[in-house]
Amino acid sequence: MVFWSVLLAEVDDNRSCPYLAVKITPAIPVVGGILFFFVMGTLLRTSFSDPGVLPRATPDEAADLERQIDIANGTSSGGYRPPPRTKEVIINGQTVKLKYCFTCKIFRPPRASHCSLCDNCVERFDHHCPWVGNCVGKRNYRFFYMFILSLSFLTVFIFAFVITHVILRSQQTGFLNALKDSPASVLEAVVCFFSVWSIVGLSGFHTYLISSNQTTNEDIKGSWSNKRGKENYNPYSYGNIFTNCCVALCGPISPSLIDRRGYILPDTPQPAAPSNGMAAYGATQSQSDMAAATPLLQSEPSLTSDELHLPGKPGLGTPCASLTLGQPTPPSSMPNLSAEAVLTDILPLKEEHVGHQFLTPEEAPSPPRMLAGSPLAHSRTMHILGLASQDSLHEDSVRGLVKLSSV
Amino acid sequence: MATEVHNLQELRRSASLATKVFIQRDYSDGTICQFQTKFPPELDSRIERQLFEETVKTLNSFYAEAEKIGGSSYLEGCLACATAYFIFLCMETHYEKVLKKISRYIQEQNEKIFAPRGLLLTDPVERGMRVIEISIYEDRCSSGSSSSGSSSGSGSSSGGGGGAGAR
Repeated sequence: MVFWSVLLAEVDDNRSCPYLAVKITPAIPVVGGILFFFVMGTLLRTSFSDPGVLPRATPDEAADLERQIDIANGTSSGGYRPPPRTKEVIINGQTVKLKYCFTCKIFRPPRASHCSLCDNCVERFDHHCPWVGNCVGKRNYRFFYMFILSLSFLTVFIFAFVITHVILRSQQTGFLNALKDSPASVLEAVVCFFSVWSIVGLSGFHTYLISSNQTTNEDIKGSWSNKRGKENYNPYSYGNIFTNCCVALCGPISPSLIDRRGYILPDTPQPAAPSNGMAAYGATQSQSDMAAATPLLQSEPSLTSDELHLPGKPGLGTPCASLTLGQPTPPSSMPNLSAEAVLTDILPLKEEHVGHQFLTPEEAPSPPRMLAGSPLAHSRTMHILGLASQDSLHEDSVRGLVKLSSV
Repeated sequence: MATEVHNLQELRRSASLATKVFIQRDYSDGTICQFQTKFPPELDSRIERQLFEETVKTLNSFYAEAEKIGGSSYLEGCLACATAYFIFLCMETHYEKVLKKISRYIQEQNEKIFAPRGLLLTDPVERGMRVIEISIYEDRCSSGSSSSGSSSGSGSSSGGGGGAGAR
């Protein structure tokens, strides 16, 4: 979407470029071209890079966590609804709640969130950008920021020179004639005018977010705003604006934890295969691990071999579009700056409640995969999964399950 | 080194997986990668507390080094930005270099310390940096191995029962 509109603006601009190149300086189309390629580069980079997806937990991990949660809550007997699963951590003096993700079966790290479109937990989740077609998270936030910053420069640049072009022409032939000579300029000016306001506004908003080291998600929820309480402050901020900016834009990039080129081996009707982030590092370690996994196969025959291999998630560039499900948390406050820009960028929020019956087809194939050899653990997991559907706090993961069952 | 690798292979042949212990992440310092140094009770009879803590602390220090923000990381970031990130086709990031160091360290620890005790450490990067997975092996043919099936409620089919039967 963004690609085509930028391209269109460029094409229109090319019509005014020869005029401007001759009249003023040939540097204008050159600078415009450079900006254009920079914008395209950062757009593609944002779209196609892994935002920081957290791979789903292996069945053993999930079972271990379930066990620990049960111990913490006291054993839940049938019919009793277990309390929502959260862990509290004190970070830098602030109490942060870590939520349990039912889809990925992990306790989400702080600042991570589950994106229902991508159906993954993403580290330092900012938002899911439909224009870019990808989540914006820890690993691609800087590319996203450079994209919108360069796009705002580009739109201002194009707008300025379209106006200049029309003015120069109208000095020669009069205003109406100038408009007749280059009708595309009118369209371009209008498009650029609206783009400038929204894109520049969005860049300003993200500059504010970077300087205070917050994510869009946190800002919308007002997690660290003073309105919540006098003692509420952002525990992740480094104190000064300069450090916050440097860390966000020039800090170390962690490598991707998922294997995007692997093949998903079809096994039971489980649409989303777990990806055990297998990187290229420690190849020898992986060999010993694979060999170590073989006794696992021998002693637990119900696990199929493809579970232990490395199914990867196919390209994250294409959003999973079967159901447009928004983020579960409604905004408590909208930022004053460029509210409409933010609205266009962030998904519409929908509240949906899911009936229990949607979970049963999904649950049925899962127990054999969850844990081999312990029927007690199976039933407990299924029981908990069933109860989770009725818990309004787990809407996001339930939505994920609905999407899976509807595929 | 050859004998140690041989030990690992022998371990795999003669042992069966009894259970797995997961060391979770410690988020008390924020989002940096750190693992809890709390000693899990299942390892009580298998390894000394001090050795275990030292391993986890060393891993934590490696991860802190990888994620350290300072002059060199800024320089790398700016250089990468200036070259439109093409420089990463030629060289690895600092983080990747440290991850390689970590995997070498883990392999070394496995060979020297963990395998002789019937344990195996899995590199956290293979588990999405969520946990350090320690697999506890039950020696099938050894007579003196204590049953680690004593870790109650582990839920996995135990080789512990098989181990006890083989005695």
